[in-house]
Amino acid sequence: MKHLLQALALILTLAAPALAVQPDEVLSDPALEARAREIGQVLRCPVCQGENIDESNADVSRDLRLLVRERLVAGDSDSEVIDYVTDRYGEYVLFEPERTGANLILYYAGPVAFGLALIGAFVYLRGRKRAPEPQIGPALSAEEEKRLRELMGGN
Amino acid sequence: MIVELGHFALILALAVALVQSIVPIIGAQRGWTGWMAVGEPAASAQFLLIAVSFAAVTYAFITSDFSLQLVYANSHTDKPMLYKVTGVWGNHEGSMLLWVLILALFGACAAWFGGALPPGLRARVLSVQGMIGAAFLAFIVFTSNPFTRLAEPPFNGQDLNPLLQDPGLAFHPPFLYLGYVGLSMAFSFAVAALIEGRVDAAWARWVRPWTLAAWIFLTIGIALGSWWAYYELGWGGFWFWDPVENASFMPWLLAAALLHSAIVVEKREALKSWTILLAIMAFGFSLIGTFLVRSGVITSVHSFANDPERGVFILAILAVFVGGALTLFAARAGAMQAKGVFSMVSRETALVMNNILLAVSALIVFTGTIWPLVAEMVWDRKLSVGAPFFEKAFTPFMVILAIILPIGAMIPWKRAKLDRVIRPLAPALVLALAAAGLAWTLETGRTMLALVATGLGTWVVAGAAADLWIRAGRTARRLARLPRADWGKATAHAGLGITIIGIGLLMAGQVEDIRVAREGEPFDVAGYTITLDKVERVDGPNYWSDMATLRVARGGKPITTLHPEKRSYPVQAMPTTEADIDNGFWRDIYLVIGDPQDGGGWAVRTYIKPFASWIWAGCAIMSLGGFLSLTDRRYRVAAGARKAAPMHATPAE
Repeated sequence: MKHLLQALALILTLAAPALAVQPDEVLSDPALEARAREIGQVLRCPVCQGENIDESNADVSRDLRLLVRERLVAGDSDSEVIDYVTDRYGEYVLFEPERTGANLILYYAGPVAFGLALIGAFVYLRGRKRAPEPQIGPALSAEEEKRLRELMGGN
Repeated sequence: MIVELGHFALILALAVALVQSIVPIIGAQRGWTGWMAVGEPAASAQFLLIAVSFAAVTYAFITSDFSLQLVYANSHTDKPMLYKVTGVWGNHEGSMLLWVLILALFGACAAWFGGALPPGLRARVLSVQGMIGAAFLAFIVFTSNPFTRLAEPPFNGQDLNPLLQDPGLAFHPPFLYLGYVGLSMAFSFAVAALIEGRVDAAWARWVRPWTLAAWIFLTIGIALGSWWAYYELGWGGFWFWDPVENASFMPWLLAAALLHSAIVVEKREALKSWTILLAIMAFGFSLIGTFLVRSGVITSVHSFANDPERGVFILAILAVFVGGALTLFAARAGAMQAKGVFSMVSRETALVMNNILLAVSALIVFTGTIWPLVAEMVWDRKLSVGAPFFEKAFTPFMVILAIILPIGAMIPWKRAKLDRVIRPLAPALVLALAAAGLAWTLETGRTMLALVATGLGTWVVAGAAADLWIRAGRTARRLARLPRADWGKATAHAGLGITIIGIGLLMAGQVEDIRVAREGEPFDVAGYTITLDKVERVDGPNYWSDMATLRVARGGKPITTLHPEKRSYPVQAMPTTEADIDNGFWRDIYLVIGDPQDGGGWAVRTYIKPFASWIWAGCAIMSLGGFLSLTDRRYRVAAGARKAAPMHATPAE
């Protein structure tokens, strides 16, 4: 069951039910609250199965949400708030891990693979273009001829 | 007694699967027709035996036989009948049983409908399918037996996790497994082709319907899961980049890539070894997904280390099958001679780009999913990788894919002139720019996202329409006569475009409101006036519920009355939120009732979610497109037989 683990984690954390962000937590300044929500999206609930602190029902997430708002009211910038939380709860609470050390592999795996694939594809495609035609006898099979006519007719 | 019969049938199925894995393949190697012919009856027998076994477990659930540990742990007499049945696969043992049942079904289908296949290929395919079946049957029998009895049967069970007692999730696993396991067919065909050392157009034509079917089921399964998360988890998220979700998304991406590369093999006899590799990896990722979810390794590395039996078993299966297939691939891939010759600007190149983009996206999802595991094991660094990472890393590749898609779908094979392809797409481009501009002027919170998503989505949808129009020779009358494969292709592509629009606009324009609502005091959210009328205590079959009645109006005109609930399931001691949603074409109104507040009133969350339905409508349209393609008559006429293409035949893509 795909969501079983998630659900199991929810069971553990729902013992004292509270529904994510509570009305009494919301800041009166809408701009500040909006920033708090942005930050809440990127911080992970330390005890849940992959939920952010805004979505989580765990007590520690509520504490974190209040902490974030406290820091914002005190005048911290977004990144200062995130650093503040990370210093106390560890890198684990960041949904987007720090771009340091081995984590660079994580960040560059995709782009590097894409670059390599493009080079590989270029070499392959160039090879296909230059591949000796006689291998397949006539340049076009009967079916391909028909397909060609079809395409020409289509255009 | 029935339960024991089921247990016996399961063990017998394992024995049959072993025979099926060994005998036909030896026959195929030696050319003994008698041995090869063992494959078909064995595949049928294996399926029937597992079906008996599955029926026995279902029977135990329906009759609430709590002497069975599985039933005790996952059911309850008060549970509605639907969830007694779906509870069969709402747990580890039962879901693995469903897994092998579907695996055996696919094997049996290959035996029943594979008459036109060359006998050697069919024997080898059935053999490989039997091996996978034997491995997972052994896994069930030795580590996850659903037939374990309790010495002293309790009076009642512990009930199913309430989150799973939901129609959306009840049917999510069967579809997902049909998809996961369907890819085993592509895998078996790939391995059989490697053993034979031959991959040709007929092979590709055989693999495509199986892969297409698996992809359709995966699409439906993933969409059901996402839809469930949307309405059940109570904050209206639709995709969380959660490891279990990613586990199903990676095979989907690779299956989509495989579908497209198999077209190149079929039409042009190129990309053969790459297609074989994709077929191996697509199923490999299904196995990796099964491993990630089933071993518990994702929840915590430590829980895995404490109880490693199941995880290690699946890891061994994964290593043997993927490792074995890749070794075979390394040894034989050289034998796959590409024939097709084509230039840089051609359909072939476009499909290569499609494959690169989908494969790299799958790689990103994979690295992101396993990174916390790797970091903890290698560097002892505890970290998380979640939605913010994936959104940034994954989205650019989807953007490129969407830009290329309409051009790639129309560009001719072999050799093409780009300007000749672009010209018929000009109206689509204009439309896309206009839609993007409209999204820009309507000004939502994150306009760039709305702009890009609307533009790209419209481009893809309009491009699909242009493709059909050109294929029909710009004649409306001939549209209806186009082969279903053409319609399927355009429909599936359009579905993707619609999903892109839905995701972008929902994420850009969602409005959220959290407040304490007092009964009878209306409040305004984004132009809607919402009034909490009352909250009542209601009894359900195995829960009680605080059900709210909220009226929604706009400009004084009533729109709808919604009843969000907060349920408590006493047996599991667990509350669930049941959001109530007014689904609309342009927006969903999504209401959630929270806790009663100390000073009176209730916590109420309101979301206005623009274009939310488009996400799942797009998925449904994508699956419909796949289905249209699957019903193309070329698949109904014995596939793999000589290409006796009818006069109007055009490639299915």
